Amino acid sequence: MANLRNGSFLQKLVVRVPFIWLLAFFLLPFVIVLKISLSQTAIARPPYTPVLDLTAGWHGVTAFFAGLSFDNYALIGSDPLYVLSYLKSVEIAAFATLMLLVVGYPVAYAIARTSPRWQAVLVLLVILPFWTSLLIRVYAWMNILQRDGLLNDVLMALSLVKTPPAWLATDTAIYIGIVYSYLPFMVLPLYATLEKLDQSLLEAAADLGCPRWKAFWLVTLPLSSSGVIAGVLLCFIPIVGEFVIPDLLGGSRAPMIGQTIWVEFFGNQDWPAASAVAVVLVCLLVTPIVIYQHQAMRAAERD
Amino acid sequence: MTRPGFAPWSEPNPRPLLRIEALSRRFAGFAAVDGLSLDIYEGEFFALLGPSGCGKTTLLRLIAGFERPSAGRILLDGVDLTGVPPHRRPVNMMFQSYALFPHLNVEANIAFGLEQEGLPKDEIARRVADMLALVKLDTFGARKPNELSGGQRQRVALARALVKRPRVLLLDEPMAALDKKLRGETQFELMELQRRLGLTFIIVTHDQSEAMTVADRIGVMDRGRLMQVAPPAEIYERPNSRWVADFIGEVNVFEGRLGDDGMTVDGTTAGRLRLAAKADAEPGRIVFVAVRPEKVRMSREPPLPGLDNSVAATVMDIGYLGEMSIYKLRIRDGVVKATVVNTGGGAQRPAGFGDEVWLSWPPDAAIVLTR
Repeated sequence: MANLRNGSFLQKLVVRVPFIWLLAFFLLPFVIVLKISLSQTAIARPPYTPVLDLTAGWHGVTAFFAGLSFDNYALIGSDPLYVLSYLKSVEIAAFATLMLLVVGYPVAYAIARTSPRWQAVLVLLVILPFWTSLLIRVYAWMNILQRDGLLNDVLMALSLVKTPPAWLATDTAIYIGIVYSYLPFMVLPLYATLEKLDQSLLEAAADLGCPRWKAFWLVTLPLSSSGVIAGVLLCFIPIVGEFVIPDLLGGSRAPMIGQTIWVEFFGNQDWPAASAVAVVLVCLLVTPIVIYQHQAMRAAERD
Repeated sequence: MTRPGFAPWSEPNPRPLLRIEALSRRFAGFAAVDGLSLDIYEGEFFALLGPSGCGKTTLLRLIAGFERPSAGRILLDGVDLTGVPPHRRPVNMMFQSYALFPHLNVEANIAFGLEQEGLPKDEIARRVADMLALVKLDTFGARKPNELSGGQRQRVALARALVKRPRVLLLDEPMAALDKKLRGETQFELMELQRRLGLTFIIVTHDQSEAMTVADRIGVMDRGRLMQVAPPAEIYERPNSRWVADFIGEVNVFEGRLGDDGMTVDGTTAGRLRLAAKADAEPGRIVFVAVRPEKVRMSREPPLPGLDNSVAATVMDIGYLGEMSIYKLRIRDGVVKATVVNTGGGAQRPAGFGDEVWLSWPPDAAIVLTR
């Protein structure tokens, strides 16, 4: 019996490790950021007030809570800079995710249709870019996209353009960089579901009088919806908060939210405002996931 | 099972529903179907029987249109199907894996094929409801395939193919996933359904008792070719080769030389064998005499002198199967199998291990084969 109890203790521990991890490395930092977002900026170290001073006893605690305010959130609502960078981020993330889906689905479909030996090689090729640092790959894109870069050389050589256009510091450059960098995150979940798709289902559809293109809409696409959702979430969420790619390729004309946070933190030294922007971002991103989870749970209960 | 009076293949001017002409399907290095010709008739229940890898499933897939023939053609009602894609063929298939759409419920699965035809909604609903009643799944329409038992899934797959009213229904190992008892019941249900609807069924199976039970005719296949096409009883009683005799049930084969009168076979391991009728082969050539184990009689008494088709044997092994026992017996230069129906109670055995017995069979039990 002692063994059994030990076992169940171990089991409990194993189950709880992920929760402890999330608590220590997600929830706790989030609470700290949340607290800073309710503070005011100050020329001090750390650069905000109030700071919880437990040596002052109960008085210190009440003073601490009295010092917190929602001023920074009011600021976010009133200054169009923040609202615009949120909208810009969501716009870029939405279009980029759509492009990733349009590019990634055929790639994943093609990989899933090849022989198992080729599948392994092709999947390796999809992950291969991860062998190189993202920063180096984005710098490579800067090189390709600059005015006398490879892209313009090719376009000029093919006489497609008369004067070399500027690519850098445009939304096009951001889209190129994001679609390139995030493609594996779209392709891999799609490949995982498409690879499991039973081929006899497509034969059954054909047998029942359904042409190939229609079978794709009626069978393949609905059965790969879990892969589509996973790929979309895996791309959309980090793209909204993306900082490196828009910063290096997109210039600063219409910053995405990641750049705005960076400027607040490191440029303006305004930690509370930056934290408030970050908290709003987290809430914006968590909401669609929660809604999706809720729907999925309800659907699972109905079935 | 053979239906009395149903034999369109033996009519003077048979008009096949499905005609397969010199059909071949070659994959890299080998022919899965090799120059095969076959006629199948309206209302027939035809079974393709053969060991795994004999090409029977490939033949079915060629008829359904999932495989393209390397040579030859398939005609349905006289129309060449070769260039017709699977979704335009008036044949339907029931898949071995059932291939039910997991994201659709039972009703939507059955309605799928009718929706492709663009039928009005109320007709689809009516035909789906009729089909659900036919396969006794009336109350399961809203369930998803993963909420059904194996037997229920099998019936949904059948209903989904039948609702299209196919000219030919193709069934790929339809009962392979069912347990033995359910399989037996389902075989009879399937036969009854086929007779009632008057449809043409082609079933692929590796289970000979299943083929014998359900089919009007059986096509025995090996290595992409048809070895014999005949009603079950004929396949069993008059196999046309040693291969078919050996594949369908158990058989004892004796090799010898056909005598001058064509009525005896000399020099076999069981001595001289007598035939009931003149064999269809030139005298003096090597022939094979096949005798089914249940035709072999076992006796402790020596036969009357001068009687042919008898040989002394020793019991080597007894396999008890419940309703019958299989005896393996050693004769002078070989082994003979005999089966005995266990009619008596308890341990009433005609012979025990190591017993010396005499084996014999009537001349009409011997089948003469030349290949």
